[in-house]
Amino acid sequence: MSMKDLILKIAPSATFEEQGDFVAVVSKEEFRSLMEKLHADYDYLRDVVGFDLVESLGALYYLESSTTFERVAVKTSTLDRENPLLPSVCDLWKTAEIKEREVYDLLGIRFIGNPDMRRIFLREDWVGYPLRKDYDMDSNPLNMTNEQNADTTTEVTLTAGGDFKEVQNQIFGKDDFVVNFGPQHPSTHGVLRMRVHLDGEEVKKVDPICGYIHRGIEKMCESLTYPQTLALTDRMDYLSANQNRHAVCLCVEQAMGLEISERAQYIRTIVDELQRLNSHLLFFSCLVLDMGGLTPFFYGFRDREMILDILEDTTGGRLIQNYYVIGGVQADLHPDFQKKVKAFIVHFRGILHEYHEIFTGNVIARNRLIGIGKLTREQTIALGCTGGTGRASGWANDVRKHHPYALYNKVEFKEILHTEGDCYARYMVRMEEMLESMHIIEQLIDNIPEGECKVKTKPIIKVPEGIYSASVEASRGEFGVFLVSDGGKNPARLHFRSTGLPLVHALDTACAGSKIADFIAIGATLDYVIPDIDR
Amino acid sequence: MREPTIKSIPYEEFTDNEYLEKMVADLNEKGTNVIVSNLDAFINWGRSNSLWSLTFGTSCCAIEFMALGAARYDMARFGFEVTRNSPRQADMIMVLGTITHKMAPVLKRLYDQMAEPKYVIAIGGCTISGGPFRSSYHVVMGIDEIIPVDVFVPGCPPRPEAFYYGMMQLQRKIKLENFFGTVNRKEKEPEEDKE
Repeated sequence: MSMKDLILKIAPSATFEEQGDFVAVVSKEEFRSLMEKLHADYDYLRDVVGFDLVESLGALYYLESSTTFERVAVKTSTLDRENPLLPSVCDLWKTAEIKEREVYDLLGIRFIGNPDMRRIFLREDWVGYPLRKDYDMDSNPLNMTNEQNADTTTEVTLTAGGDFKEVQNQIFGKDDFVVNFGPQHPSTHGVLRMRVHLDGEEVKKVDPICGYIHRGIEKMCESLTYPQTLALTDRMDYLSANQNRHAVCLCVEQAMGLEISERAQYIRTIVDELQRLNSHLLFFSCLVLDMGGLTPFFYGFRDREMILDILEDTTGGRLIQNYYVIGGVQADLHPDFQKKVKAFIVHFRGILHEYHEIFTGNVIARNRLIGIGKLTREQTIALGCTGGTGRASGWANDVRKHHPYALYNKVEFKEILHTEGDCYARYMVRMEEMLESMHIIEQLIDNIPEGECKVKTKPIIKVPEGIYSASVEASRGEFGVFLVSDGGKNPARLHFRSTGLPLVHALDTACAGSKIADFIAIGATLDYVIPDIDR
Repeated sequence: MREPTIKSIPYEEFTDNEYLEKMVADLNEKGTNVIVSNLDAFINWGRSNSLWSLTFGTSCCAIEFMALGAARYDMARFGFEVTRNSPRQADMIMVLGTITHKMAPVLKRLYDQMAEPKYVIAIGGCTISGGPFRSSYHVVMGIDEIIPVDVFVPGCPPRPEAFYYGMMQLQRKIKLENFFGTVNRKEKEPEEDKE
């Protein structure tokens, strides 16, 4: 039975959109029963994309199976703009808890049955919902009063009679000992703030408060042209800048039906892997620094500088390179590129043992990492923790392997999987992935074909009407781009799947029962980047 | 007469010298005691070469700042390597990255918690004017709306060399100040304390 028949059996009035992605459009009455059925096969909720198309407010749900890797998208909407309500799916997929909060914060849609409906990015006294098309951009001037965080939240529930009832939920009780962490704290990798409920040294509950670097990128993209939006994606997760950009380029190229040259594909694959090496080296440096060791920080940065040099020769930028464009890459490779990359790989393979000698085998490091912050495979899938975090728990989720893009179906590489799911496994996954990245680069570096590195595009890029998506394996998980186009030169809605938001959400699960000092190691090995969470 | 000299870079190679020359002229006009001014010069020599910064890394620029701390760019050469995570112990605040509406009250509070004399360096386009996020609803259009800034370092993110140039400009400014009586009592006393 095809996907279409299956959906029609459960939701007879469903319609389908086939321009771009295959999307099932269901009414909000049928939505809940369809999702309950789909949950059996599609156990990974990739993302929830809220949208405002003036006539309706709604959300798109992207699902994937963790065994067959099949994907499906479901769309539902409501016409009520005053008090929009949609059924929640957070009891099926735990990651929806935080994703629905994001939709509520930016679009004002409340979810029936989600126990936590607080704002996530904006201040609690913020007026209006910025992603709505009729939002007044001047309605919230700079407010310099200190923010007060409420300890209660309102849940909308459905009574047996079919009426809506509002219930007050407690986040922290009166007798709970709550410690504030951040936003200006060196070991939260940026400006994450957490309220941690402690019992002695033991962590009971973690409540992350995001938004201290919420820059409104998704709203800005709606008034920018497609090539302009590329500049902002680099600045979200700056340690996977090129991979983020790759996803946006892929999405727009697929939507336009643009074929890019083979040379550009080679360059993109190699640069993506260099970026991954760069990011994992920084991960190593920061993990060790957070845990109180300084010397390995210098090791990591010594080798990272070599990668930055290679990229700088070609792209002109150190951290943010603005290299990929729609249709290829900005400029051709530097003549020394191949020579330098090969020299780096030889150097790095020869020196990697130093990392293991100084840190991996160290008894303090092992005591602080092994068995700490365990996440099971089921938990990572329910929480949507992609990337190294998921793979450390045994969830095969590498986008490069299961939904290959660029040249990843032509190269041979191993998907690193561990089963322990603790901090040590998460650390080892990344250390081993560096070897795989070098292996991928070695297969490509000598065979870069001659040719153009950029396909000529029209001066104004327009994307045909429809819903499109693309995903890549960024340095710390699946980075997705979800585009709703109305056929114009700006996107009607552009959403980015944050790799870090599920990881921050997972902190509460991973830290339960750990000591407060382990909390730092768990945060560091989950390896999130805050501007990517807040966008 | 005091001169804002830096060991390795000649005076003429700096831009913005007019601003410092104005400070020198101002100093000469007011005049000061020989002993006090010599003591000032000595203290300023020490102050300018051991600037402890409060790291306030919010986004991309913070990663470049980390590169500054590593071996290749090695900020220990200039006496900046001590970074403090408590505002009470810091001489200056380095604002590295976008400041949003939610963060603005926090930044202001941290600045208020620092002891005099204190300085602010705004690194990167976002802190100067909002940078690439100028049209956003949640970004502060330049941190000088919230706190006074001593040095601006443009770039997105600036190169490590630019960080040093900005830091040296701050060192030169510190060398020209009167420590006794003025810079260590810059902030006006609150009204209610006065009789």
